[in-house]
Amino acid sequence: MSTSTNTIAPPPTRTGRDWTWVARQPLVGPLAALVVAVVVFSIGSPRFLSPYNLSLIGQQSIVVGILAVAQTIVILTAGIDLSIGAITVLGTIVMAKTVGSAGALGALLIALVVCVIIGAINGSLVTYLRLPPFIVTLGTFTATSAATQLYAGSATYPVTSQLLTFFGQDFGVGSLRTTLGVAVLIVVYIVCFYILGQTAGGQHVYAVGGNPIAARFAGIKTSRTLMSVYIMTGVIAAIAAWAALGRIPNADPNAYQTANLDTITAVVIGGTSLFGGRGSVVGTLIGTLIVGVLRNGLTLIGVDNLYQNIATGALVILAVAFDQLARRRTQ
Amino acid sequence: MTTSQTPVLQARNLVKRYGSVTAINGADFELYPGEVLAVIGDNGAGKSSLIKALSGALNPDSGEILMDGQPVRFRTTIDARHRGIETVYQDLAVIPALDIASNVFLGREIRKKGLAGALFRQLDKPRMRAESMSHLADLKIGIKSATQAVETLSGGQRQGVAVVRSAAFGKRVIIMDEPTAALGVKESGMVMDLIRQIRGRGLPVILISHDMPHVFEVADRIHVHRLGKRAAVVNPKERSMAEVVALMTGAIEPTEEERHGGI
Repeated sequence: MSTSTNTIAPPPTRTGRDWTWVARQPLVGPLAALVVAVVVFSIGSPRFLSPYNLSLIGQQSIVVGILAVAQTIVILTAGIDLSIGAITVLGTIVMAKTVGSAGALGALLIALVVCVIIGAINGSLVTYLRLPPFIVTLGTFTATSAATQLYAGSATYPVTSQLLTFFGQDFGVGSLRTTLGVAVLIVVYIVCFYILGQTAGGQHVYAVGGNPIAARFAGIKTSRTLMSVYIMTGVIAAIAAWAALGRIPNADPNAYQTANLDTITAVVIGGTSLFGGRGSVVGTLIGTLIVGVLRNGLTLIGVDNLYQNIATGALVILAVAFDQLARRRTQ
Repeated sequence: MTTSQTPVLQARNLVKRYGSVTAINGADFELYPGEVLAVIGDNGAGKSSLIKALSGALNPDSGEILMDGQPVRFRTTIDARHRGIETVYQDLAVIPALDIASNVFLGREIRKKGLAGALFRQLDKPRMRAESMSHLADLKIGIKSATQAVETLSGGQRQGVAVVRSAAFGKRVIIMDEPTAALGVKESGMVMDLIRQIRGRGLPVILISHDMPHVFEVADRIHVHRLGKRAAVVNPKERSMAEVVALMTGAIEPTEEERHGGI
């Protein structure tokens, strides 16, 4: 009988010309890019590898890095969030303006609530009205930015509260010292890495992004998964806002203008697919470091800020092109 | 099959309308214990609507569904799953980036015992992997490791994972909607073997297929759907493929016995 046909042929082997296998080893490409960037800049500038500069790269990556985790999770669901940068800025202003009346802890809680509400608005519109995340978050980005300007009255607010600037404190061993903000960044990565890889909720994020119909048929409550993801972006934005005040104790409605695009850059460079269901926060951490190293290194060797933007822009397009090609080959 | 048995799954006079379109027009259906029942019909005959009603993906306007002779109501696919009805959908219903174990246990994940599971909600991956491997081995699917991402598998292997998921949790009925539509000849043969093995374990299978040779190869009875209802149930040993196709298109009339669904 034909029961022996169950020995299944292995998937077709790669041909020599199919170079996109590199893109399918999710972390090889980003890691190689990071190593190349580090080597190039350490040759280009003797100061690049100094403990002080490495710590600086970490500190410069705090806000973008934390937000990039939220961005990763949203993109894993085949969404995108254009508003988290703006939500974070609003969070810093809320903290700075309410700390006088509500106290530091009260200010943190109020900012958390505000950030979560905006995240939940994004989530509801995406989940229940089934609007495209790009349009929804473009709308909340515009509205939040304007609300922030109105609320701040276009002024900036210096923050002196110990609790609000807590993450600006130094810590470290020997000559390698850095701020608690870098520690927060690492903790956010570890927590989200755990959630995505080790819990059912995390697996459902991949399922909802990778094949929403299959996810629904498997009994996953896809709307609950999506809502949780957008609410979580609100929480992470509040954490980023708190860390931002540690980094620069001055709430400025015009700060972090490029943060949102930088998070998308970091996620995409880190190998997470814009089409959802594929990627990891480890890749995003590498992507964040690539963006941080590139901006820091180019500054050290004296390249103008605008040229840096051109370089990161080119990098994103390259990363997306890789993603597209890899998808076409696997289909 | 004898009609004296009580059907595991049965439908009586199901009707579903979408505006002026009647998708199910008074359809009957019976699935008996331990059989492979093929459901065939021309495109637009309404067989997928019927199957959706039986798997809880569609709520009929009228008529009733019975399990073991008792009326049941499926509001969602989850209701049907709770009753032991599992469906394998044609579009290779797996999550590409997740590994085999996660796919098999998708939506029914097992958490670790103790604090790690209760407080930190950590999944018991080793256990899910071990159980997946034993399910795969039960159905003789040659996959070496349950930690492989499903996207690294061939189409047949992916379908194998989807079938394993259904067979592992389907206690009463397995529904397969065009399981070979996306597969090559050899891989289709493998799915046919899986169907026989599931029947061998005593689970009845509903096989929706366009592929007549497959249907004749594996089915015990063939439900012919036409114009929104059951036109006939035929015995593949008594009818040729050409005759069944003719029944499907209305070119010939069924016998009185076939028309009433009995063999």
